[in-house]
This record gives sequence, C-alpha cells and structure tokens, in this order.
Amino acid sequence: MRFAIVVNEGPYTHQASDSAWQFAKAALAKGHEIFRVFFYHDGVNNATRYTVPPQDDRNLQKLWSELAAEHELDLVVCIAAAQRRGILDADEAKRQGKDGDNIAPGFRISGLGQLIEAGIQADRLVTFGD
Amino acid sequence: MPTLHTVNKSPFERNSLATCLERAAGGDGVLLCEDAVIGARKGSAFAKALAEKAATCAIYALAPDLAARGIKGEDVVEAVKTVDYSGFVDLAADADRVCAWL
Repeated sequence: MRFAIVVNEGPYTHQASDSAWQFAKAALAKGHEIFRVFFYHDGVNNATRYTVPPQDDRNLQKLWSELAAEHELDLVVCIAAAQRRGILDADEAKRQGKDGDNIAPGFRISGLGQLIEAGIQADRLVTFGD
Repeated sequence: MPTLHTVNKSPFERNSLATCLERAAGGDGVLLCEDAVIGARKGSAFAKALAEKAATCAIYALAPDLAARGIKGEDVVEAVKTVDYSGFVDLAADADRVCAWL
C-alpha cells in the first residue's frame, strides 16, 4: 500500500515528528511504500541541518535524512512555511539575499501542490501534528 | 473499517477525544496515541466513555506511548486493545481513510 505522511509540528515540541518517523519506519518494514512525507507549518523545522541536540538525544533531522537516504523517500518542505521560519535551500538563500542555506540532506523545498498530489496519489494520508 | 480516527492529545488538555468519540461512526476505529493514551487508564474520567464506545467502535491505544507514560497493560481499560507501530500501520491500511483529530 502507498502511504503519504504529513508532519505539522517541529522536532522536540511534543511528539508528532517522532510518531511520524516511527510510523514511516514501521510502514517501510512491512513493505509499504511511502509516496511522500510533507512537512508543513512548524513541521518545516525538522528540515534544518543546523540541529545540534545533545549527543545522548535522538537527532530527528538526522533520523529523517537517514530514512530518506535508505528508502529514497521524498521529504518535501512547504516553501511558504519554510520561508517564515528561516528554512532555505541554496536557490532560496540566493533569491532572498541570505548568506547561507540550512536545508538538510534528503529534504527539498516545494509548494502545497505537493501535498495535494500526495493526497491524490497515496492510498492513505496520515497526519501527525500538534 | 471505514475510518481510523487518531487522537494524540490528553483528554485533560483538549476535547479532541470527547469530540472524536461523539462523532466516530459504528464500525470505525479510534487509536489513542501520544498523550491521548492517558485517557485509557483504568479509573480515568474517560474510562467509562471509552468502554461504552467500544460496543460499536474498536478502540486502540499505542503500546509504546503507554509504556513511555508508565501505564502498564493491566492498567488499561479492558475494552481498549493495545497495538505497536506495526499494528498502527495495519489499522491505517485496513481503514478506508485516516482522520487525525489534531
């Protein structure tokens, strides 16, 4: 079965990003496909590679990036939500005249159309948030 | 099942569990996860509502979230079944749709 996942909450806020990651991992382990993970609202904060949690804590950004690399997941960050919160890729940083970007490996910035498409293409859309 | 409802906030913090239990149709499933699992504790103010709803809807609680909050299996309302993440995936796959009560 083809799942799509929405993450509406930042890392270390409550539990949504952790739950979504655990769900994605369990779904992949059962042989399901993850069509896309869409990070929306504060969920875009999962996508900064400047996250530096204590060494004995889980690093949610890294966990997502690693899961994406292992399973070729499409991690999409909402562009409007990302710009408000300072999540930029190289192109956006240049366009906005900023001195650097912070998008983490495996994530890409795109628009809400990607969420609509995920809702259409996936058999189930599962939302995690605040 | 037609719809799997997921509730993730403590019923003592928000009314999403109460609203979900009011709205869930017969044959639907309700999964309590994250802080919502607190409502599934025996003797909680929501234990009776969950047990009553279990007559028409399957009620589940996510085991790792119960464990993370120190709620043992024997302390969970009897009508509530526990599942792990793998079981959560199965429930989502078996349902026609998943509705998150955020």
